[in-house]
This record gives sequence, C-alpha cells and structure tokens, in this order.
Amino acid sequence: MTNPRETPKPLVLVVDDYQDAREMYAEYLEYSGFHVAEAKNGQEALDKAFELRPDIILMDLSLPVIDGWEATRRLKNDDRTRTIPVVALTGHAMTGQSDEAKGAGCDAFVTKPCLPDALVEEVRRVLALHGGAQSR
Amino acid sequence: MASPVALSPPTSTPDVEARLALAEQLLACDEPRQCAERVVAWLARQGQPEVVACLAREPGTGRLVCLAARGLSDAGRAALELPPDAATPPLAEVLQQAAPRFFAPPRTPLPGMGCLAVPLGREGASVVGLLLLSAPSAALPPDVAWVSTHFGPRLAALLPAAPRDWAGGELLRRTLDTVADPVLLTDLEGHPRIVNARAEVLLVAGPDASEGRRRATELNQQVFSAALASFASGVASGVRRREVPLVDPVEGIDLLFEVVSTPVVEPDGRELLVSVLRNVTDLGRATQALGESYRRLRATEREARSERHRLDRVLDSVPDPIILSDPSGGMVMMNGPAEKLFATHPDSGEAALRRLRSNNAAFSSFLANMLDAGGQPRWRGQLSLVDPATGATLPMEAVASKVLGDSGELTGIVTLFHDRSEALEKARLLERVKEGSIHLEARVQAATAELAEQNEMLRRQAIQVEQASAAKSQFLANMSHEFRTPLNAILGYTNMLLQGVSGELTPAQKRNLTRIDSNGRHLLEVINEILDITRIEAGRMPLNLSDFGLPELLQEVVAEVDPIIARSKLLVTTQLGPRVPAVYSDRQKVKQIVLNLLSNALKFTHEGTVEVRAEYVAATSTVTISVTDTGIGIAPAHQEKIFEDFQQVDSSPTRAYGGTGLGLSICRRLATMLGGRVTLQSIQGEGSTFTLHFPRRARRA
Repeated sequence: MTNPRETPKPLVLVVDDYQDAREMYAEYLEYSGFHVAEAKNGQEALDKAFELRPDIILMDLSLPVIDGWEATRRLKNDDRTRTIPVVALTGHAMTGQSDEAKGAGCDAFVTKPCLPDALVEEVRRVLALHGGAQSR
Repeated sequence: MASPVALSPPTSTPDVEARLALAEQLLACDEPRQCAERVVAWLARQGQPEVVACLAREPGTGRLVCLAARGLSDAGRAALELPPDAATPPLAEVLQQAAPRFFAPPRTPLPGMGCLAVPLGREGASVVGLLLLSAPSAALPPDVAWVSTHFGPRLAALLPAAPRDWAGGELLRRTLDTVADPVLLTDLEGHPRIVNARAEVLLVAGPDASEGRRRATELNQQVFSAALASFASGVASGVRRREVPLVDPVEGIDLLFEVVSTPVVEPDGRELLVSVLRNVTDLGRATQALGESYRRLRATEREARSERHRLDRVLDSVPDPIILSDPSGGMVMMNGPAEKLFATHPDSGEAALRRLRSNNAAFSSFLANMLDAGGQPRWRGQLSLVDPATGATLPMEAVASKVLGDSGELTGIVTLFHDRSEALEKARLLERVKEGSIHLEARVQAATAELAEQNEMLRRQAIQVEQASAAKSQFLANMSHEFRTPLNAILGYTNMLLQGVSGELTPAQKRNLTRIDSNGRHLLEVINEILDITRIEAGRMPLNLSDFGLPELLQEVVAEVDPIIARSKLLVTTQLGPRVPAVYSDRQKVKQIVLNLLSNALKFTHEGTVEVRAEYVAATSTVTISVTDTGIGIAPAHQEKIFEDFQQVDSSPTRAYGGTGLGLSICRRLATMLGGRVTLQSIQGEGSTFTLHFPRRARRA
C-alpha cells in the first residue's frame, strides 16, 4: 500500500475535539499512507501548525478555546502557515457555513458525517491542487 | 252852431189815437230796425218833416248806424253813419249829454236844413240812439218828445248792450285788470260782457292767437258757460259757488277755479252775472293730498290695528309668559300664559289670590332691581313663582329688555319668563348622563388597559413563541449535530472495518458490519430529512438563485443513485425535451427534489423502467422535470395524503417500504419555495409520474 522513501509521506494535522472521530480519521490516514498529527482545540492546532508546518490541515470548525474559523483566519494571516491548505470539517449542514469557512480562508469544505475513505480522497485532491506550491 | 232845444208848450191836443196805434205797433215789434221803421214812418206822417231818421249806436264800436230814414239819399244815410267822433262830433255831443239839440244851417248833420237831434234811451242810462228831424227851429214838436220818451227805453231794450261802453270807464277797467283773479260780467248764458285781463287770458283768444290757445279758450268758454247754465237751472238767486276746471291756455296746465257768481240787474232790467274765479288749483291739490294722507293714515291705522292683533296673537301663542310694563313698572299688557300667573280673576279663590299677589310682588321686586341697576338694556334674574292654581313652585328665569323711544327715552319694559323646570330637569339628567359617561369612560379605560395588557401579553407570548421556535430550531440543529457526531464515528469505523483496516473479516462479520452500515445510513437519512423540515419551517433555508443547465443536473442526480441502480434490474433513462433553456433558480433545491423523486421511484419500482424527463413550457415559461416509473402506483385516495408530513401509503409497523415519509413533504415545501409545485399522476399497479413544475426564472421571495 505504501511507497516509502520515494516520496516523503505528507503530514496531515487533524484538528477535532471529538476524540473518536479524530483518532478514527488519524488511523485511517496513517493506514492510507500519511503522517498524522493531532490537535484537540484551536489553540493547540495553531501551536502544532507553527511547530510542525503540516502539508494540510483538517479543521473541525466547532472547537473549544479557539474555534476553527478563528484558527484558520490566524493561520492564513501568518506567513509561516499561509500556504498550508485547510479542509474544513463540520457537523452542521446549515447552508452558509461553507461560505463562512471559505471566507475564513478554508481551501475545501467537508460535511460530517464523512466516511474516512471519502475524507482521504478529499485530502488527496486538495494536496494534488497544491502539489506544485509545496514549500517543504 | 247847435243850440239847446226848448220844449215848446203844447199848442194843440195830441193825436191820442195815433199815439196808441204806434205804441201797439212798437209793443208787437221786438226788432230794433223794424221798430225804428215804424217810428220814422209815424213821425213822418204826424209832423210832415222833410227828413226823419233813426240812428242807433252799434254795440261794441259805438258807431252810429241808421236804422230807418225818410227823405234821405243813401249817401245822406252813409254820411250819418260815420263814426261820431270823426265826422259828426255834434251828434256825439248829443249822445254824451243825452239832451235834445237843434242844429242850424250850415253846421248841421242834414245838409241845407235845420236839424233836431233827440237822444233815445232809458232815463238815467246811456244813450242808445238818436232821432234826427229836419226842423225850421229849435222847438221840439210834442209828438217827437213823446216818441223819444217811449221809444227810447224800448229801443234800448231791443238793442244789444254795448259791453265796452260801460259806465265806470277806464279807471274801473284798470282797477279790474289789477285783480289777480279773473273777473267777468256775463249774461246768463255766459257770453262775456266785461272781462278783466286775467279772465281775458282764460276765455278770449286774440285774432293773432295760436291754434292751441284758441281751442283752449273755446273749451274754457264752453265749460264756463255750462257751469253758469247749471247755476241758472239750480239755485234761484243769490251768490252761487261752483268749482270749474279750466285750462291755462298759455301754460297748457289744468287749473281749478272756484267760481263765485253774483247776479246783477242792468238798468235795462236784464239779469247779468258777475263772476269771480278763484284759482283753487293748489288748494285742490292740497285737498287731494290731504285726502290721500287721510286715507293713508286710515290704512296705517288699520294696519297698526291688525299688527297689534297679530302681535297679540303671536304673544298669546308664545308658551312663555310675556309682560309689557310702562317705565314706572305698571303692567300694560300681558299674554295668556302671563295672565295665568299674574292676573287676578273674579272667581279666583283665596289661595289663588295669595299666590298671585306673591307672584306680582316677586315681579315688581325684579323690575325694581332692574330699574335701580340703571343703564343696562337687559336684565336677567331668577324668580321663584308659584302656580296660582296648584301652588306648585315654578322656577323661572326672567329676561327684561328696555324698550327705548326714538330719542332713547325709556318707553316700556318687556319681560319674558322662561320656565326653568324643564331646563333644571334636563340639567339633572345631563348630570346623570355625565356621571354615566364618566363611569362608562372609566370602564372603557379599564377595558382598554386590560386590552393593552393582553396585547402586551400576546406580544410577549409571540416573542416567547418566536424564541421557543428559534430555540426549537437551535435545539434541532444542535441535536442533529449531536446525532451526527456519533453517527459519523459509527459509519466511519464500520467503513474502516469493512475495508479491512483492522485485518481480514470473516464473511459473517462482513455481513453484520454491512447491516450496521446500512442502518446507520438510514438513520442519517432520517436525521437529514428532519433537519430539512426544521430549517424550512424556521425560515432558515434561504434561496440561492443562480443560472444553471438542466442536462448536467439530471446527470448528477442519476449519478448519485448509481449504486442503487446498479443493484436493481431497472432501466433508468434521462430525456431532454426540445429547446429546454438554462434556468435561473436554486440549483441545490431542484436537485434535492429530483433526487428525492428518483429515489422514491427506484424504491417503489421492482421491474421495468424509470424515466427522468425535463421539458420547457414556453407558454407559461415553466420548466417541468418528471419522473415516471412502472412501479406499484398509488390509489387515488392516497394521492393527496402522500404529500403530508410523515405519511406513507402504508404506515403500518409491518410495512414493506422504509423511509421517513418526509421526502415528498420536503419536495412540496421546496417546490413552493421555488414558486412551483409537485404534481402526481398515477394508476395503481401500473406506475406513477411525479412532476416538478417551476418557473424558468425564479423570483426572490
């Protein structure tokens, strides 16, 4: 399934306060050949993002401490993290949240429930779009 | 030279028979000329003179006219007839002196012979004529003397009077002319003998007078004569008065004269009338005016009387008592209602009299107050009178007005009473009505306040309801989040297990996990549908209008249900009608509706075909997307019901088909949001066609 050493595994930062979902996605992403870092709130997400410089961030929008929108906004306003694509995740299927998320700087938007394979597919799609721009 | 004639003593006895014969002849004769003929003939026969002539003075002119002559040629006659003052002054002298005279030749009226001139006329009156005889001497023959004595008066009576030759002469005439009133002497028929200047103007027209003036004087003469004639036929004698209307010939205006006629008898015994005309034109007018004034006065008096009666009736018809008092307060007049209160009657009882006195005292006091108050023209007061008949108290309002004369002096006082019982009663009622209205107002205010309170309560309740609704929506949104979060994990882990992330699975494990997966998906679907309904009801599903094409949309829809199609044995096709344009609407909602319809069709169709067809109805600018299946169909009785919430044809617990029953309900609501609708045509056992109709260009709600 993996092709090590040829291309380095991209680092995915999974941000979700709901542990089961976070670990599920993390397990499936690792299973699918990604490095995974986890954060359980917005502040932690920012800290990890500045520290680890992930290739992509999966950001749940409903987060404690600092919510996903605010965290995304800060990431997109910081030169260190500006180019990292952010895929927003939300359980609220209310119309308008996708627009708001994109306004905050999210590059893609995924509505939960989202099956792990569908999420991985989205991550790969977004990474492919940003492939040439990766600064690592 | 003429010498006076001496009467010669009678030389012989007179011829009595001859004289009687002449006297008879003269009496039988009433014509001057004829009488003169006979006298001349008689004298010629008796005395045998050579020439005998009888001359008379013409009335008016005074000219001598030869009435009869013997022994004279026509030329001799003519010579005698010359005016006395011109050719024959000697004869004029005889006429003036009224005495016989002898003229000796050569100065004699009769050429070549002596002449006796004997005047003729009444004794003491003017001479009217002359007898001329040729005579040798101045001796007067007795027959001549006799004739002159008897024939003179006779001739005077027969000859017409000479108006101008009237004793009194010029002075009298001038005197008369100065009289301003017309004065004239006329015979009984009104023929004028003497007229003064003023009368002449009225009654005589000069030869050079105008036609109008002549006619006026003629008319006046006729009127005047008629008036005098009526005198003659009327009262026997004495002064007579009569009014005669005449015309002023100069001015042409009507004049009225009072004619006072006094009869006078001339020396010759003829009756004449002296009439004095007094101009009473102005007097007549004045009299007329006076009469008119009098008539008017009478009329005014009558009017005043009827006015008074009318006033009396008016006053009596007024139900309020009215009293007219003199300036000192004495009652002058009162109307019927006032009489009842103030006038005593002979048959008034003792009690009634006492009450009447009381009323009068009250009124007198009122008037006294008014007069004491001085200059005010009106005085108002409250009097408490008593009904004389019943003794009931009558609260009265009295209004007294001063009646002032032309010079502002007080001539009377009119007092009008007004019974205030009714007014007081009304005031009392008004008071009660006011109280009632205040009470009512209070009640209205209370009711209004209550209403306002209820409104406020309703408003608060509405807010609460709104808040509750919002809370419900929020709750449902939260719940859906809470539902989804664990469901996400369930479905995710199931998915991962099925993919063998945790190692290979036994067929039984795989089958069971598949069941978990399928039930989890169904639960998700139910949650999604409930969430949709909630969002629509909360108005939190806005329209997102955009331009999009239908072919792509249909492909997407079919692609989404591709796994289901793959598992079924159905032939699913999409058809696009001719000239279907791009539409402007909410793509997401159109897609959701069509997807729902297609899912239903797949669910309820076991074999055959499902066709999705888009068409454009240009006439109504409407787009239709129909989903036709060859499924179980829907009975007519259920065709409405299936669009209601949570309704399925078979809602029994053991039903054969799954689903929430919210799908068509959501479709109907979404279609309404788009300005469209969903219709159904179906035959049970043969299939159904659900059609979404929506406008090509949606309008923002």
